[in-house]
Amino acid sequence: MKMYVCVKQIPDPNTVVSKLDPNTKRLVRSGVSLVLDPGDESTISAAIKLRDTLGNSELTAVCMGPTSAQEAMRRALAMGVDRAILVTDPALAGSDALGTARVLAAVLKKEGAELILCSTESTDGYTGMVPGAIAEFLGIPQLSFAREIHVEGQKATIHRVTQAGYQVVESSLPAVVTIASGSFEAIYPTMKGIMSAKKKPFEQKTLADLGIEPGQVGEAGARERVLAIGQAEARAAGQIIKDEGDAAQKIADFLQRYQLL
Amino acid sequence: MAKTIWTLVEVEYGHPARSSLEVLSKAAKLGRAEAIVLGAQAAEVAAQLGEYGATKVYVHADAAYDNYLTLPAVDTISELLAAHKPDLLLLPTTYDARDIAARLNARHNLGLITDATDLQYEGDELRVTVPWGGETVVTATHPHGGTGIVLARPKAFSVEKIGGSAEIETLSIALKSSSQQIRILERVEEASEGPALEEASVIVSGGRGLVKAENYRLVEDLASALGGAPGATRAIVDAGWLPYSYQIGQTGKTVKPTLYVACGISGAIQHLAGMKGSKYIVAINKDENAPIFSAADLGVVGDALSILPQLTAEVKKRKAH
Ligand SMILES: Cc1cc2nc3c(=O)[nH]c(=O)nc-3n(C[C@H](O)[C@H](O)[C@H](O)COP(=O)(O)OP(=O)(O)OC[C@H]3O[C@@H](n4cnc5c(N)ncnc54)[C@H](O)[C@@H]3O)c2cc1C
Ligand SMILES: Nc1ncnc2c1ncn2[C@@H]1O[C@H](COP(=O)(O)O)[C@@H](O)[C@H]1O
Repeated sequence: MKMYVCVKQIPDPNTVVSKLDPNTKRLVRSGVSLVLDPGDESTISAAIKLRDTLGNSELTAVCMGPTSAQEAMRRALAMGVDRAILVTDPALAGSDALGTARVLAAVLKKEGAELILCSTESTDGYTGMVPGAIAEFLGIPQLSFAREIHVEGQKATIHRVTQAGYQVVESSLPAVVTIASGSFEAIYPTMKGIMSAKKKPFEQKTLADLGIEPGQVGEAGARERVLAIGQAEARAAGQIIKDEGDAAQKIADFLQRYQLL
Repeated sequence: MAKTIWTLVEVEYGHPARSSLEVLSKAAKLGRAEAIVLGAQAAEVAAQLGEYGATKVYVHADAAYDNYLTLPAVDTISELLAAHKPDLLLLPTTYDARDIAARLNARHNLGLITDATDLQYEGDELRVTVPWGGETVVTATHPHGGTGIVLARPKAFSVEKIGGSAEIETLSIALKSSSQQIRILERVEEASEGPALEEASVIVSGGRGLVKAENYRLVEDLASALGGAPGATRAIVDAGWLPYSYQIGQTGKTVKPTLYVACGISGAIQHLAGMKGSKYIVAINKDENAPIFSAADLGVVGDALSILPQLTAEVKKRKAH
């Protein structure tokens, strides 16, 4: 099976407070440490396990991003992905979810992808709108919010997370499947993985390679505009106390004062 | 000119979903609110929507919408959009609506703003408020005219019954078999005890600070003494202590209770995103620098494992008087 996983590089959510540049109104990427999206790491792990269960399958990571994203792709390869494709082009800066999906769909179409895995939402943007748009551009079904996935023949079945539990949902392949965060244990790159990653196929593509007009993507193609960036209203500071054996009393007093008991 | 704002009203156990009524109530304040209801029980649900401000409801009572995800709804809404060209499609951030929005956006190149907590028109221009991280808010718009889509955060708007009745238009369209591809085979509920998190006026939540799964019982005990629901952070859901339905936060549920008690929770931005709207927040954490304290009305620096049982006993005692 020709399997694909869409991944991206983001400012490290554990060390970077993500900021918007007031002038460009885009995410600040310079001078911050960038990592493979941890959500995508979990999706890659799910994809690797599935590839190994299915056998006779190849897993390719696809990313649209700046050249710095090569590093994130190397990590994906080190984790066990077989090939990587990075689409990078100056005209892509400022792309919205639709522009991003257009580019990724063009790659996946050329490749003849049979199964495409994405994360349900990215950790930095969390619009969650890219995977569904890829599916629409390719004219194939999308199986979303999967916390379990099974593939048999030309059919995929997932457990789709819902408010109250889950649904068992199936569709034919090719399909886009989105993996719910935290559902799959992460695979960590081994030393051997890191070494062999250097020899794995890594392609870089531009918009021209994909036959996409620059006006359809990047800031030029974006259908949303940021008008202003402001400060969030802070919650009024509360009272902080140290427990000296009387915390339960004090909390109960607080609850009574506000008629919460 | 008054704007026409559409929403898709989802059906839950035969009733309009609360999250749908939230956005419908908001739409009624912004302009002319119209709704779409799809599925076997669509007609019964449609009849209730005038009360929440809908002036018109498009109804297609076909069970295919209940058995097949996303595509039948996308096809039908596409046809309606082309025929009526509303100004805005305002949707709640639910599992189903997100999938539908993503495809509609791609099919019609509409423009889509997610995670909205507020929106208004200033003259002709739509202004959508979107929180970004903990400290920033962004104001965004659809600059290109035509129908735009906005996905609103759950609990961003209150449900308001304003009375009224809606014109019902029953659709007679045939769904294409090509849209019936994503089939629901089974629905499984993993219900938690007590009130549903989304409805509870008191929530007691636990995090990794409870140290081990057995100690989560202390959270459940306090929740039950307060007549509330127990919740959790993603850390302990991922650790397998509890099913996902307990998770509160960016990738879990958004809650807005009167009282939220956070026990052994650090207060990561992604957790805060789901509970910051609570009226009163009480936090118990060993670490005086835990970020949760910046959101708390009452912060207690101490050991949740020793405070929780004492507090449960105290609550029971005071309630008995
Ligand atoms: C894309 C993405 C989405 C996410 N979505 C969510 C989400 O929806 N919901 C969510 O909750 N998280 C979410 N997270 C995870 C989030 O970033 C945090 O990792 C998580 O909320 C931390 O959970 P915690 O507070 O239980 O654990 P920790 O951060 O480990 O905090 C434990 C706290 O307990 C305190 N403690 C320890 N012992 C005691 C004791 N005996 N008594 C009192 N306090 C004690 C510690 O001081 C510490 O502050 C998401 C992360 C990402 C990247
Ligand atoms: N630039 C990108 N390159 C590759 N995959 C992406 C990109 N943007 C989004 N995705 C995929 O779509 C998922 C959801 O992203 P988003 O819709 O931005 O929240 C991500 O986790 C990836 O799997």
